[in-house]
Amino acid sequence: MPNVPDLKFSDVVPEPDERSVIDDLVSVPPIEEKGERWVLGGIARGQEARHLLLPGLHALQDTRGWISPGGLNYLAEKLQIPIAEAYGVATFYDLFQFEQPDTEGPLHHVCVDPICEMGNSASYIAELRSKGHRVHESPCLGQCERPPAAFVQIKGGDNRDMTEATGRSIRIATADPKRLLRRITEMQDIDLESYERHGGYQALRLAIQEGGARVIEMLKESGLTGRGGAAFPTGIKWEAVARQETSTKYVVANADESEPGTFKDRVILENDPFALIEAMTIAGISTGCEKGWIYIRGEYTTATRRLEAAIDEAALAGRLGQGILGTSFRFDLEIRCGAGAYICGEETSLFNSIEGYRGEPRSKPPYPTDSGLFGQPTIINNPETFLNVLEILTYGVDSYRSTGTPESPGTKLFCLSGDVAEPGLYEAEFGITLRELLARAGGGVGELQAVLLGGAAGTFVDSRHLEIPLTFEDVRAHDMTLGSGAVMVFSTKVNLPSVLARFAKFFRDESCGQCVPCRIGTVRQHEVLTQISRRGQSPDRNELLHDIATVMTDSSICGLGQTAASAVQSAIRLGLLEKSDT
Amino acid sequence: MFGAGGGTSSYREVEEAEFILLWGSNAREAHPIYFHHVLKGIKAGAKMHAVDPRRTASAKFADSWLGIDVGSDIALANAVAREIIAANLHNQQFIEHSTTGFDAFREHVEKYTLDYAAEVTGVPADAIRGLARAYAEATTAQILWTLGITEHHNGVDNVLSLCNLALLTGHVGRWGSGLVPLRGQNNVQGGGDMGALPNKLPGFQDVIDKAARDKFSAIYGLDLNPTPGLHLTQMFEAMAQGMIKALYVIGENPADSEADVSHTRRLLEELDFLVVQDIFLTRTAELADVVLPATVGWAESEGTVTSSERRVQRVRPAVEGPAGARHDHLIIGDLAKRLGAPWPAETAEELWNELRSLSPMHTGMTYKRLEELDGLQWPCPDTNHPGTPFLHGWLWEDDLGGNPRAPFSLTDYEGPKEQLTQEFPIRLTTGRALDSYNTGVQSRGFNSPIRSGEQLQISEVDAASLRLSQGELVRVSSPRGSVEMEIDIKREQARGLAFTTFHFPELVDLNLLTNDEWDPKSGTAEFKAASIKIEKLTNGAQRA
Amino acid sequence: MTLTASEQIPISLNGKSGTVQSGATILEAAREMGVEIPTLCWASNLTPANACRLCVVELEGSRTLVPACSRVCEPGSVINTESERVALNRKMVLELLDSTNDLSESPELQALIDHYGADASRYDEPSTMKDDIKVEDDLFIRAYDRCVLCYKCVDACGDEAQFTFAISMAGRGFETRVSTEFETPLPESACVYCGNCVGVCPTNALQFKAEFDLRQGDDWDPQRQTSTSTICSYCGVGCTLDIHTQDNEIFKVTSPSDHSVTAGHLCIKGRFGWQYVQPPTRRPSSPDMSS
Repeated sequence: MPNVPDLKFSDVVPEPDERSVIDDLVSVPPIEEKGERWVLGGIARGQEARHLLLPGLHALQDTRGWISPGGLNYLAEKLQIPIAEAYGVATFYDLFQFEQPDTEGPLHHVCVDPICEMGNSASYIAELRSKGHRVHESPCLGQCERPPAAFVQIKGGDNRDMTEATGRSIRIATADPKRLLRRITEMQDIDLESYERHGGYQALRLAIQEGGARVIEMLKESGLTGRGGAAFPTGIKWEAVARQETSTKYVVANADESEPGTFKDRVILENDPFALIEAMTIAGISTGCEKGWIYIRGEYTTATRRLEAAIDEAALAGRLGQGILGTSFRFDLEIRCGAGAYICGEETSLFNSIEGYRGEPRSKPPYPTDSGLFGQPTIINNPETFLNVLEILTYGVDSYRSTGTPESPGTKLFCLSGDVAEPGLYEAEFGITLRELLARAGGGVGELQAVLLGGAAGTFVDSRHLEIPLTFEDVRAHDMTLGSGAVMVFSTKVNLPSVLARFAKFFRDESCGQCVPCRIGTVRQHEVLTQISRRGQSPDRNELLHDIATVMTDSSICGLGQTAASAVQSAIRLGLLEKSDT
Repeated sequence: MFGAGGGTSSYREVEEAEFILLWGSNAREAHPIYFHHVLKGIKAGAKMHAVDPRRTASAKFADSWLGIDVGSDIALANAVAREIIAANLHNQQFIEHSTTGFDAFREHVEKYTLDYAAEVTGVPADAIRGLARAYAEATTAQILWTLGITEHHNGVDNVLSLCNLALLTGHVGRWGSGLVPLRGQNNVQGGGDMGALPNKLPGFQDVIDKAARDKFSAIYGLDLNPTPGLHLTQMFEAMAQGMIKALYVIGENPADSEADVSHTRRLLEELDFLVVQDIFLTRTAELADVVLPATVGWAESEGTVTSSERRVQRVRPAVEGPAGARHDHLIIGDLAKRLGAPWPAETAEELWNELRSLSPMHTGMTYKRLEELDGLQWPCPDTNHPGTPFLHGWLWEDDLGGNPRAPFSLTDYEGPKEQLTQEFPIRLTTGRALDSYNTGVQSRGFNSPIRSGEQLQISEVDAASLRLSQGELVRVSSPRGSVEMEIDIKREQARGLAFTTFHFPELVDLNLLTNDEWDPKSGTAEFKAASIKIEKLTNGAQRA
Repeated sequence: MTLTASEQIPISLNGKSGTVQSGATILEAAREMGVEIPTLCWASNLTPANACRLCVVELEGSRTLVPACSRVCEPGSVINTESERVALNRKMVLELLDSTNDLSESPELQALIDHYGADASRYDEPSTMKDDIKVEDDLFIRAYDRCVLCYKCVDACGDEAQFTFAISMAGRGFETRVSTEFETPLPESACVYCGNCVGVCPTNALQFKAEFDLRQGDDWDPQRQTSTSTICSYCGVGCTLDIHTQDNEIFKVTSPSDHSVTAGHLCIKGRFGWQYVQPPTRRPSSPDMSS
């Protein structure tokens, strides 16, 4: 065939069901034939539809249990995305398969990260395999309070996490006074009526009454900082977007919770979805954004379903869409599901993922408040941060600041897992010590060896650090981090060098591959740690680890590479690796 | 339109234009690196509309593709003009200041209503309206065209119709706005600039202008013929009439490349004396009495070429040609001397400096400057002049730089000379493929992985009604001849339209079919519109 | 503070004060001030990909090092391009690459490896970027064991120049590869063989077949090579070509990246259409008057 070079697609055809799910998804295709002699097309129209790539990939995966060449070709042609790019995007994600599975049965993703390994993931995997099930060894699934965690992909799209699969509940404990988790512990049903009965939508009414400028003032006065790990002042972020004069701006909730040991956002979204919707609506009307996106982890199926139901209900009740609560404000919400990529929790990777590109982080600056989603000014916050907004508006700044410390006001959600009596989600006032926090969870199990604070990208502490108040300022002073609020407890029964090697494997697997320090550095770090866990430490290996850590920390593009050596280096400082010979 | 023939704009302007109108050009395949500049413009937010009978690789980048009937360009252009005037989007101030003949033009295009144009061109009225508005409302707009405009029996009128649109809106003579004919062949621009036109001396000076001739005579040391010569098509006519009996062909392969080629071959064979100067033993050279081996211009010779943005650039020898092959200018120079003319220049640079002394628009272009500045765009009248990125800036000057105002032209739709008939019901048009070039003598030298020979592309509907299947070998005939070709069925091809490239005359002697009706104003044949019929061979033969 | 493009801003570089055009990157500023910063994934005709991190420098106020290729100078920026910290980071970037890739045909990287003292032998059985050389046609080859994933080829094939998008980064992390869809062989992909990917490749992972054949035949000799600037003979655009020859035979055609017509990019004809000039083409070599 003579070449028509532009966007050459292959001749492979999709199956009828693949064709139909894609046709349903793409209602306004980039190429519009207005007749035989007039066709609208071009690059700009293609750009507008590109964000449908990720949902399209999910649709194909769900339909056939894998992404076939014919299906991908059809999706790419329909969206006018170059087929090689579509393939490049699809292969970025762990939840997509590109070879037809031998059996039609479900694919079990079982977490093999340290907490679940301590929770016998190995025997669970063996059991599944012995029954002939397909198993994929997965990174942390955000269900660390109930190891071994699993997530099941089922052809037809009826994927299940453990909330649905087992109905197992979770220990949720709030601080006094009850704050972020109040409704979760009190509400019986997850619906709008119940939500409003427990104080829902008071904050939005107040925001409408007071106006956006006052909302932003209150956030600034409250001292609220982002809970995603970077602790940036929320009020300043919102103000920066409010000041932008462009007509299109976005609010994004970063619910791609993937930091090992972290499950707080899942619990919020599963049990209090309206709270996120309300808080994002407040952000929208306060800063002039008419569209919000919630990017949620692909493995969080229960949370996704409940959130979808809540959005539908809120829209029906005039809480979303045009004319919110009888005002002239408009705000719409759209959900995007991740597909198994830790890096997509990095805010600029998340934007790329929504936009239909590979989830590689962007260079900063520009920051999201200048150029975020679709290149427009964007507020991006973690669900926990959004929930704090409701508290501040509903109860006032003074009340909010009455807990915590002047520099770290309010409460923090901590995810306790590992060797503690009662793993679960704990809300505690800033300033609580680690010892007190562990006590609330019934204390440690066995003799405490170490605690990993803040997830795989966090820092190890040991019994010498139990009295340090958990505030941003105190942990910073001790070269520690609160990170995502993960608190993973390891008793002396645990082989820490192998735990470290496993976390190093996590970063190796989850590095996006874009920059050299992280792409290769995470591999070398994992290789050296594996050697150490087998053959012990040596000065050479320590120096290598140090040099690798330096280049990853100093020269990586994003937070993933910059923190990929954090836990390892803190463990070395504490002398935890020296126990490898015993 | 306003004198010297050359594109008005620099390539880079299209990167900054707001609107791009691509008309009768598949630049994506025929001018790929120019299209990179177009793509930069589109990436930066420019809108592009494409007018072409086919939704070509280029047209796929357009926001709007208008699938025009072959040869109905004037009807479309005039309807666009009428719509611009009707919507009051014409640039009244510019028209009054810089043009003449607007009132007559307005009256003339009055009959080109959207409905009439839609009927004649096949393009929906809304699409034409959209194009008119987008072009007129843009602050900067470029019109680009290639052989889809010029290779018609009324190609010059086609060009003038596009020029009218620029005059109507003031989209000319400013950075970002202009008219860009993309030259199909290397140094077509330079050839014309150097006087390789029957009525021009170098620098577009008229043969009939005695003062110009005298200037050349003084340097050449002989009198120049004051009568304009014949252009290519006229030469073949003169050969047919026995007026021309000897022919000197330099670097051209008419025995493959001319329309209605069997006729051409007969004429070449009937000549008393044929000299071919070439780098290959082409089909034409095979007919020659004398073959003069030449070196390859761009790889084995010193000299200059001139691009579609009027940029004069240096070529240099990278390799030595075969023993015995000589530079063209040495062969011609020796011939001149044998014929008794003085020819003092021994090097390409000496020849160039002679040209600089005779052609004011080249005077400032020394070899040294061309080298240092990566070429210069004419006019460049003195050695301090930076060259001219875009032409006709004078249109915007208070006193028009002393020039007469630019005239609107009145053009009328005629359609192709060769009408479709019951016997020949399908329109054949031709074009280039990305990896091949003209009759293929050069491009066949390398193994292109994306090359697949020549096929006749037809629509699904036509294929179905002729009961043809993909890849089937068919007989394709025009009133002049017939060839056998493979069929390539294209979903996107317009009904009633067939398309093919023309790069493999040894496989498919395509110019047996094409029409040699030509434009009296340019001498260009109507390659782009022949009528054909497609006939099934015995039970769906497939080419191995 | 709003700045117009023409304004000059003060900066400090390696302790020396200077002024640079506002909007200039640190790399541009440094070059302006006579300081060289090594680069790998940067190219003058592409938007910085920011991927290799070889050009990192210290910028006062920044917790991490910043990439000089894309970080724009601000008024009062205090920059250090030559500190020990910078040197260690560059050494490590080079060491990581050298432990992963075959850099034997990248003389510039080899020189940097020597300069910064990178020592890939420190790694015990490191995973490497193994791949078989892909020879799929007569125009160019792909040897991805040399590929440092600098994004240049993908960008040049994509919306930085060619808009063909035949290749993309595929996979993730250390498994990332430049790939066509489902690793389809290039001749069956969307590739149009402009060779612009080859033109920007910094490590010879992408290599013109004629050069590859010379090297494979052990006949590669830079001493016998020339480069000549001329203009392409196909179509009327006038692309500048640099013709590279060895022993009077062309083996490669490139275009200068700072040229206003090409920006360094060519099409298949300009890039590969030179073969007819030389054998096996039979060219007439003496006047023929036989007929």
